[in-house]
Amino acid sequence: MPAPKSERLLNLLIMLLVQRRPIAKERIRELLYPDSRPDAFEKMFERDKDELRSLGVPVDVASIDPLFEDEVGYRIPPEAFALPDIELTPEEAAVVGLASRVWQHATMAQATSDAVRKLTASGIAVDLDALDIAQPLLTAEEPAFETCWLAVCERQEVRFDYQRPGADAPTTRRVQPWGVVRSSGRWYVVGFDRDRRAERVFRLSRVQGEVRTVGAPGAYDVPPDTDVRDIARRLAPPTTTQRAVLLVRQGAGQALRRSAVRVDVGVTGPDERTGWDRVELVRPEMGLADDVLAHGPDVVLLEPASVRRRVVERLELVAR
Amino acid sequence: MSRTPPAGAGARDQVARLLTLVPFLHHRDGVRLDEAARLLDTSSEQVLRDLKVLFMCGLPGGLPGDLIDVDLDAIQSEAGSPLTEGVIRVENAEYLARPLRLSATEASAIIVALRMLRDTSVGDTRAMVARVLDKLEGAAATRGAAHVDVTPSPRDAQQVAVMDLTQRINEAVEQGRQVRITYFVPSRDEESERVVDPRGVVSHGVFTYLDAWCHRAGGERLFRLDRITKYDVLDSERATDPQPPRDLSSGLFSDVDGADQLVVTLRLDPEARWATEYYPVRDVRVAEDGSAEVDLVVVDQRWLVRLLMRLAPHAEVVRPQEFTEAFTATAQETLSLYA
Repeated sequence: MPAPKSERLLNLLIMLLVQRRPIAKERIRELLYPDSRPDAFEKMFERDKDELRSLGVPVDVASIDPLFEDEVGYRIPPEAFALPDIELTPEEAAVVGLASRVWQHATMAQATSDAVRKLTASGIAVDLDALDIAQPLLTAEEPAFETCWLAVCERQEVRFDYQRPGADAPTTRRVQPWGVVRSSGRWYVVGFDRDRRAERVFRLSRVQGEVRTVGAPGAYDVPPDTDVRDIARRLAPPTTTQRAVLLVRQGAGQALRRSAVRVDVGVTGPDERTGWDRVELVRPEMGLADDVLAHGPDVVLLEPASVRRRVVERLELVAR
Repeated sequence: MSRTPPAGAGARDQVARLLTLVPFLHHRDGVRLDEAARLLDTSSEQVLRDLKVLFMCGLPGGLPGDLIDVDLDAIQSEAGSPLTEGVIRVENAEYLARPLRLSATEASAIIVALRMLRDTSVGDTRAMVARVLDKLEGAAATRGAAHVDVTPSPRDAQQVAVMDLTQRINEAVEQGRQVRITYFVPSRDEESERVVDPRGVVSHGVFTYLDAWCHRAGGERLFRLDRITKYDVLDSERATDPQPPRDLSSGLFSDVDGADQLVVTLRLDPEARWATEYYPVRDVRVAEDGSAEVDLVVVDQRWLVRLLMRLAPHAEVVRPQEFTEAFTATAQETLSLYA
């Protein structure tokens, strides 16, 4: 009876792991695949190697004899195979446990648990209850997120339809993703746009339909010193904060007042029904017009002038 | 990555489990079969099957000393069924004493989670998380991990505050103590202080609520946690009988007096569709052009007008007509202030 496949895989792994030098294919066949015919062996060996690599096992190929480069052998370098030693205090180990509760995305939560399991196996005792602190929750609702993330990890090209704001129809983009970044609660993919031949940032919520991976993993290298966070900052629309000045009716606008950097009480307002205060905020421009409008006749925006114009335009559209 | 492995993934998964189990056993004494099963998130039967495979593996050569030794008698009965309390002993497997390196996906997932944890915590905790990150980033230096990143937003900090408040409320419920809260009501644009008997924390949609008996209102009330601006757990004991928090699965307003509530139908342009995720909607009917008709439960007309103003000009009232009039009047009055 031939040995079960898992047994064969594990024996192959052990054999390649204990070698000081690359071991020739022929020798591997003698030791582990003695009963198989040459063509069947080739196929099985290729598949087994791929399976080990898919587990994350580094199977190296190197020439056995420096003078004859065509004769190759195989080896798993122990230092690349094993998790390096990590020393954590019990409290630090608890932090690792806490991290495993952060992801609210099934695949990423699973990947984190798998990582924690490996750390546990390396001798770290992760006690989830040793720390009494609340952890943040990290979500990724964009359907494009998972494929993009895995493609970044695998360095695999992706293709997707992208809807730019203001464009009539989505266009198909071919991208070598370098990184995935979250900023202001939104996820972006940063990478090399193959058609525009330049770095680009794509907001994942604007990806329409499915993301397809194209070609083999490891198809390109991310340029060294790539700082994806920096690229995202440079190319994505800035979310810098701005000074906003508002007139707020006395007794109203509690939320605005709470975040104010300055309040001048009792200023001249647009009507005399109540008193008015002048409230100054420093905040991102995004959503400012929405927040002002929600307050209706209790808040008047003075600055920035561009947002004030937008507020007036929106009011004119509905005040008919 | 999926929990139901595709056909043929069995062998691969088995090898993965063994590559975790052997180092785990190497670092601990007296691990029982059921403990190993718990670590690997599988059954004792499966661990026994895995170990039987390990028993057949070892260094090439096949001599008795070359094979890994597993004390199978300690973990299975004579009939072959697993002895869950049996202690697992494995020898001759030193070359598998360290677990496999983290994959790019595993490394990036845990590092991003830790960064998020670091950036939303303060003081000593923050310093400790930063230390852990340093150690893990050093050890998990895989190519993929360097290229994923998070920048927490103010909402993340708020969400951590909500988690923290949840813990404090749960403690107060357990101890039967009252809580004083300062609560902000945007539709009335006011803050008020009230003493409540907390019953628990419940979620509905994207929000989390404190369910409590409110002594100011003299009734049961729900308070959105992100609108509680201040809170104190008091020494005083609760004055009402303890009760489990309400089940909100059938909707937020199932308990509200039917006379006050009204179903309003709005038409939302695609730009305003996000609102359906944040407000209690009964039904959403999406049209071909991307707009949607939405049935909303409304208990307070001021709240609805605020929402319409916020979404202007991308939302309009389909019915009832009276709300269109209130909305238009508010918009006109507001516009007049800009003259």
